[in-house]
Amino acid sequence: MNKARRNPLNNAAMHAILIAYTCVALFPVFVILINSFKTRKAIFREPLALPDADSFSMIGYQTVMEQGDFFLYFQNSFIVTVASLFFVLVFGAMAAFALSEYRFKGNTLMGLYLALGIMIPIRIGTVAILEMMVATGLVNTLWALILVYTAQGLPLAIFILSEFMRQVSADLKDAGRIDGLTEYTIFFRLVLPLVRPAMATVAVFNMIPIWNDLWFPLILAPAEHTKTLTLGSQVFIGQFVTDWNAVLSALSMAILPVMILYVIFSRQLIRGITSGAVK
Amino acid sequence: MTALSLTKVNKSFGKVQVLYDIDLQVDEGEFVVFVGPSGCGKSTLLRVIAGLEDATSGEIFIAGEQVNMTPPAKRGIAMVFQTYALYPHLTVRGNMALALKQEGQPKDVIAARITEASRMLDLDPYLDRRPSELSGGQRQRVAIGRAVVRQPKLFLFDEPLSNLDAALRMNTRIEISDLHRSLGATIIYVTHDQTEAMTLADKIVVLRDGRVEQVGSPMELYNNPANQFVAGFLGAPSMNFLPASTVGGAEGLTLGVRPEDLARDPAGLLEAEVTHVEHLGGDTNVVLRGPVGTDITLRLFGQHEIGFGETLRLGFPPERAFYFDAEGRRVAA
Repeated sequence: MNKARRNPLNNAAMHAILIAYTCVALFPVFVILINSFKTRKAIFREPLALPDADSFSMIGYQTVMEQGDFFLYFQNSFIVTVASLFFVLVFGAMAAFALSEYRFKGNTLMGLYLALGIMIPIRIGTVAILEMMVATGLVNTLWALILVYTAQGLPLAIFILSEFMRQVSADLKDAGRIDGLTEYTIFFRLVLPLVRPAMATVAVFNMIPIWNDLWFPLILAPAEHTKTLTLGSQVFIGQFVTDWNAVLSALSMAILPVMILYVIFSRQLIRGITSGAVK
Repeated sequence: MTALSLTKVNKSFGKVQVLYDIDLQVDEGEFVVFVGPSGCGKSTLLRVIAGLEDATSGEIFIAGEQVNMTPPAKRGIAMVFQTYALYPHLTVRGNMALALKQEGQPKDVIAARITEASRMLDLDPYLDRRPSELSGGQRQRVAIGRAVVRQPKLFLFDEPLSNLDAALRMNTRIEISDLHRSLGATIIYVTHDQTEAMTLADKIVVLRDGRVEQVGSPMELYNNPANQFVAGFLGAPSMNFLPASTVGGAEGLTLGVRPEDLARDPAGLLEAEVTHVEHLGGDTNVVLRGPVGTDITLRLFGQHEIGFGETLRLGFPPERAFYFDAEGRRVAA
């Protein structure tokens, strides 16, 4: 910001508000993290205390490692999330390009139809989806989850991306056409790099609900070899007894990969190479 | 030989028709400028020639070949865009090479053509830079270079100067004119700026509302406009129009006189009051309120001391006056 426009008082107030919000937002995560390193008694005696020599314990992590195939769950979650995001971005961007670039009969209608999914939660269709998965033999496969999450993510992706695609210079696409590039080359080499920030936004919006989802793994893929992390962690939550050490440890570990993915995408959010393309 | 010929070209977007029965012949080596107010269809016509839009009906021939069904890349054209439209991920060299690579030209031909074009446009120091590292004028030169390397049968320019500042615009205009002379290329150039049209063109096509109003050399159009629209559009400051009856002409006709044809003349037929004076050094533009309240612009060469509110008597040589009927058609006095 310009130095002349910077008022120290405003600056301090702005930072105070932001820091306060950060603390509020991070507090639950912080509580989960510290408690995952404490004994069961210590968790209940003083939930907000930091682990000390007395209360420090890795018992939660041990339980998680021993019980169930935690790494497999982890891997399943990762595959499902990354594959779904990939399909959402590829197909979403392609549909958005077609809607924003080509004039054809029913263009607006198609756009509305594709955006309808934003308003109707996919869970309403759970029974039908389950029937379809049973009929196609996809129950208890990761593909069942990937397909459902792709369908769930597409409407918003198309909606956001087609707005951004409209902003890509028409002259640039036309220049490509005159130079003999195919429509696919124009899409992948000229347009996609320019809407990368928008793609990252869509990725971040889609990633977290997919990673955290419990509903569809529970219904479509509850088998041991296809359990996702969130579903896997449920074994520690019983009707009468809950192994809090294990739950907190599992949750702590589940945060990491999303954080890594988020860092990757947020870099893209900031980076933009639009400058110099036009004007 | 005819480089481009259009017969009865129509274009509509849905129910909206934007081009009506365009007929045009462009000879090889000609510099043709499409000019008209915004929304007159000149850019659409250029895009139809380029193949970026399909003509709804009519035929398009480039170098004697019908190209209605030919994709843009195979029409033997190159286009320079208003927004430059350089590929942001490629260097200047890469930008110029791309189309040639797509055509499947051998590497040494590509290199030779780029060397030639970059020498012609003074791009040598920038060949390995990306578009984002160039200034506006340099970007436009790269865009022109990208067209030149293709050695097209037809160059298409879509308002290439409108993003440049005034000084650069003049320089680039001269460069384009030089380029036309040295390459002997056929150029079709779209602009809304009548100065660009007058200074560059061998032949001007004036368009209005999707119709060709008049085709001719700049001086033909200036000296002999077919209608009131063309008369008013070309020339700056633009032609004065006033009811012919104020100078003793026929009722219902409009008189048109160019500001440079008016002169201070004690025996003149017009009397008007000065409302504004622009001193440009080389000439002086005077805006006056004429009879029946119409504005009249007078262009005097050299510097003149004229006071606000002064009343001037103006005259003009009768052979420099134009008369138009109520529909704007040119009529004899």
